[in-house]
Amino acid sequence: MAGSVTGKAMRQVYGETLVDLGKKYQNLVVLDADVSGSTRSCVFAEVFPERFFNVGIAEMNMAAMSAGLSTVGFVPFINTFACFTVLRCADPIRSLIAYTNLNVKVVGTYSGLSDSFDGASHHATMDINFFRALPNFLVLSPSDGPETSRAVEAVFLHKGPVYLRLHRNELPETSDYAKNRFEIGKGIVLRDGKDVTLIATGFMVHRALAAADTLASQGISARVVNIHTIKPIDKDLIVKCASETRGIVTAEEHSITGGLGSAVAEVLAANRPAPVAFVGVENTFTETGDYESLLEKYGLTAHNIVEKAKKIVK
Amino acid sequence: MSLNEDRKVFLRGLCGKFRNTLIDILYKAQSGHPGGSLSATEIITSLYFEKMNIDPKRPLWEERDRFILGKGHGAPMLYINLAERGFFPVEDLQHLRQFGCHLQGHPCAKDTPGVELSTGPLGLGLSAGAGMALGAKTGKKNFYVYVLMGDGEIQEGIIWEAAMAASKFKLDNLIGILDHNGVQLDGTVNEVMPLGNVRAKWEAFGWKVLEADGHDVGAVCDAVDSAKSIKGCPVIIIAKTVKGKGVSFMEGKNGWHGKAIGPDDYKAAKAELAGGK
Repeated sequence: MAGSVTGKAMRQVYGETLVDLGKKYQNLVVLDADVSGSTRSCVFAEVFPERFFNVGIAEMNMAAMSAGLSTVGFVPFINTFACFTVLRCADPIRSLIAYTNLNVKVVGTYSGLSDSFDGASHHATMDINFFRALPNFLVLSPSDGPETSRAVEAVFLHKGPVYLRLHRNELPETSDYAKNRFEIGKGIVLRDGKDVTLIATGFMVHRALAAADTLASQGISARVVNIHTIKPIDKDLIVKCASETRGIVTAEEHSITGGLGSAVAEVLAANRPAPVAFVGVENTFTETGDYESLLEKYGLTAHNIVEKAKKIVK
Repeated sequence: MSLNEDRKVFLRGLCGKFRNTLIDILYKAQSGHPGGSLSATEIITSLYFEKMNIDPKRPLWEERDRFILGKGHGAPMLYINLAERGFFPVEDLQHLRQFGCHLQGHPCAKDTPGVELSTGPLGLGLSAGAGMALGAKTGKKNFYVYVLMGDGEIQEGIIWEAAMAASKFKLDNLIGILDHNGVQLDGTVNEVMPLGNVRAKWEAFGWKVLEADGHDVGAVCDAVDSAKSIKGCPVIIIAKTVKGKGVSFMEGKNGWHGKAIGPDDYKAAKAELAGGK
């Protein structure tokens, strides 16, 4: 599999980055709804107890309180499982935070199926589509630790609401920031190719790189693009890829309805129609199991990306 | 110190004037919510013209008191107070709910100067108000946050999430006011979803409870003073009110929650309000 690992879960990198930012910025406050050990907001809580607020198991109240905090000059980061950001916090996120463009950062951890054993109730496959549809919100979805720390800082510095989608686990390092620069809204070409483009976000980025390896061994040159910002999406880069390769495969650990694939297809339909295929969770609920078995069953694999890419190239 | 008689007369005069304006602008808009605006008239007017520390010339002044209309459908009475207090031209009221006017059907903080929070979906106001009060404590600022709730509104679950949090964080700079008119959209509160012992519920959540006649400006102002003197916990003032207060055929009628005013009703309401009720 592509990329090395640092031994730190993405959520741990997030918690540590919050501490770094908290030292620099007195107006950063953090809220959690009784899952701070899971979200790793507890790392911030240990260092800055006076700027950490645990509201108990009341996610909706957490979101609405953060709106109030932001109106008096604080920059709240609110934390819960990715599925609950939309299912439990939707009203205050839309009616208070998005509507009035409040400077609140919503952080959803355990994205996709990464909380695998907790089952479909805790899997997040309909969060990207919700936040994409909210005016004023940005949607960020980093793919590894180094990208997460850069994303968290960029999210803080951006004036306005952001949804930051984080994975539960440690992910292979693929973002290559020795070579690349993190900029909100700018996708990154991780590998060049001329036959087909694989556009992935979050967890699926390293799977796309693995798929490109397989395709290369079969004589197909695949370009791999990391989209860490799903909204605003990097329209220019997507159009360029559609022009320079024969088609696009999108890959995301999310429903194929309304997520990254939809965002890419909207750009293509409006600007440069091109063949596009979607890797993601189909119109189905998921289930309990070990992570790899779930990824296999629901098609979130390098193999699935390879098969869809080959159909486009054929 | 209790409100002196001159101030009471002044505030009562304003309330009469504002009720008249309310009927005018709702008649013109042919939509909007008369019942809950009329029941909240004395409460909102007492806050904006007597109790709150605000400066319309500096609507974003950091130390200002904040008012949140949790029951966002009472927007017309809030708008009348903001306009008459100088946050925006009184003339704007004539364009309430019209395309192109900043006076949205429900309060929008983005568009209207003086509106502290966008409300409409019920229950969010107390929670956001708790966030503001927590922000004041954390940032060591001395202002009060007033949240006006409807009694139907407190059927929302988030009210009680917020009530718990305000108590945990000892938000004695948060003052809730319950516009307890006993009527909601589908009927009386007792018919639709009884609240039981309202005082005991708030006390059980760690709040200090005060009661006042919500149509007596002196009683409302006195209750606010008492609330500010209480330290260490949030306070709610249960204000007994009448939905549609001041227009006899609207009083206590759920049908006037959000009904457009017809020509005959308009004439009757205006005649009654001109009589100084």
